[in-house]
Amino acid sequence: MTPFQVFLQQLANGLTIGSIYALIALGYTMVYGVIQLINFAHGEVFMVGAYVGLSACLWLGLEGVAPGGAMAWGFVGVVGASILGCALLGLAVERLAYRPLRRAPRLTALITAIGLSFFLQNAVMLVYGATDRRFPALVPSVRWNLGGATVTTLQLVIWAAAGLMMAGLQVLVMRTRLGKAMRATAQDPTACWLLGIPVDRIISVTFAIGSSLAAVGGVLFGLYYHTVNFHDGYLIGLKAFTAAVLGGIGNIPGAMVGGLLLGVLETLGAGYLSAQWKHVFAFVVLVVLLLFKPTGLLGERVADRA
Amino acid sequence: MKPAGGGHPPSPPQRRRFPWLSWLGFAGACLVPLLGLNAYHVEVLTSAGIFVLLALGLNLVVGFTGLLHLGYAAFFAIGAYTYGLLNLHWHVPFWGGLVPSAVVAGLCGVALGIPVMRVRGDYLAIVTLGFGEIVRLTFTNLEQWTGGPNGLLGIAHPVGWLPGRGWYDFGVDSLPYYYLVAAAVALVATACWRLADSRIGRAWMAIREDELAASCAGIPAVHLKLLAQGCGAAIAGVAGAIFAAKQGTITPDSFDFILSVMLLAMVVFGGLGSIVGVMVGALILGALPEVMRGLDQYRMLLFGVVMILMVRWRPQGLLGGPQIRRELTRG
Repeated sequence: MTPFQVFLQQLANGLTIGSIYALIALGYTMVYGVIQLINFAHGEVFMVGAYVGLSACLWLGLEGVAPGGAMAWGFVGVVGASILGCALLGLAVERLAYRPLRRAPRLTALITAIGLSFFLQNAVMLVYGATDRRFPALVPSVRWNLGGATVTTLQLVIWAAAGLMMAGLQVLVMRTRLGKAMRATAQDPTACWLLGIPVDRIISVTFAIGSSLAAVGGVLFGLYYHTVNFHDGYLIGLKAFTAAVLGGIGNIPGAMVGGLLLGVLETLGAGYLSAQWKHVFAFVVLVVLLLFKPTGLLGERVADRA
Repeated sequence: MKPAGGGHPPSPPQRRRFPWLSWLGFAGACLVPLLGLNAYHVEVLTSAGIFVLLALGLNLVVGFTGLLHLGYAAFFAIGAYTYGLLNLHWHVPFWGGLVPSAVVAGLCGVALGIPVMRVRGDYLAIVTLGFGEIVRLTFTNLEQWTGGPNGLLGIAHPVGWLPGRGWYDFGVDSLPYYYLVAAAVALVATACWRLADSRIGRAWMAIREDELAASCAGIPAVHLKLLAQGCGAAIAGVAGAIFAAKQGTITPDSFDFILSVMLLAMVVFGGLGSIVGVMVGALILGALPEVMRGLDQYRMLLFGVVMILMVRWRPQGLLGGPQIRRELTRG
């Protein structure tokens, strides 16, 4: 491979993991945009999404299924089940854990978030065990040559799925009544409430949508790495959060850009500098960017107070 | 120090009483092991005591000065590794390593504080989070010095002297560490209390409430914010040295993001800015996972539920002052 082909290959791999980061980052950024809450339990929702997908695979008997129509429908079914499970989880999390604290000091929600993380991690560990679980392959492993870089069907599927979800979200937020209500709630909840917008329901829906995106991210992550572990939510969640901040937290296109950028930078850093320091790059990029542009790439001002 | 001018409101009575509470608490803490607790109980209390120490240090930064810090575990790690490396490479004893640990951690606190001066609020939280992860991953990756993921092994325990017993090694028994931690907590708590009502403490709180107004009133906000971060980090450094000496082994995994968040949870749950509250909060949240040990594999699951229920029960924290409550409520 020529150096340029190596670069293209790295870029393709980076965009793949970046798409997954972006899907999860959207959940952080949407919730922050609407209620200025950093939902640190979101990484665990992503992890639960991967496990719900795994359960759906096993329940539908997709272990070792042959490529074809059954596999395609199986993929759709698994993603659908995961979305449904995580949307319900997101609703429950908002209703039971965060809503009672809506009027409480902002930092208390942080305790709830870490409590939730412990709960979800350990619940998954008790149900599925503490060891890595193998994630069945739901996409035929065909290799394509894309200008010198080798791209698997799975990578194409991940790009397509992430792209579709993000386009759908953009349409939802910018073109529908619901989206308009979400943007309005983000600007001024009190005024929305006065105008008759059901603010509580809008916030619930925001959690449900964010969790659904994380669910898709979870299934794609499982497919890409072939294994899932109950610890995965921690580092991936933290990275996705970093991506959301990189783009400017609260800003939806920012989360997408941040996710892709983080994935690419991380992969290039691992490839050209040092694989061992791969995880450090994400945070160094974050710190350096915030020092020079304290609001992220596309961000606006955020809360000043702790 | 006499309150300056007429504009300074009288200190809350709780603060005035505190030194007596502090000494009473310390005396009580010294007597606790005599109540017939077994070694396991003492061990749990000692670990919780280290959390109390860390929470007190974090409280200077978050509770007093209002700087949201999400990477505080990094300074704990820096303190622990400073003593560990000094001891393993140059055979520096614990009592000699304590001060360097505090100094190195404190300097790192200031060094981190300088670049992040212009970052505020939630973004400060995120930069410090990034810093915390960078420190942990750096200790993991610098294998030739830090032993990588396996950490440092065989760090020496402290040596003590008692009348009638002479020089002895603290060893693996928890009891001497318990007294060491209790003494450190008493000293740090008293120092925090003295700081809270001093010129510096009042300036910190002025910055917390309104940095712009504080600067206009002539408070050197930049210096004082750096001082708060340095002091907080130095306390974490002391806690780190004690932790390293007690465990004898440290690994980077002990200092992850969860620890930073957990410490912040202790401070918030206890009541931001309230010294007694923070200590009680840290004791409860630090000891609870051990108290729940009997629940076996359901332990952390239920601990998570307990945390959620606790903040629903007291969202303002155990001893959150009315003034801080008002300020931290969104409006």
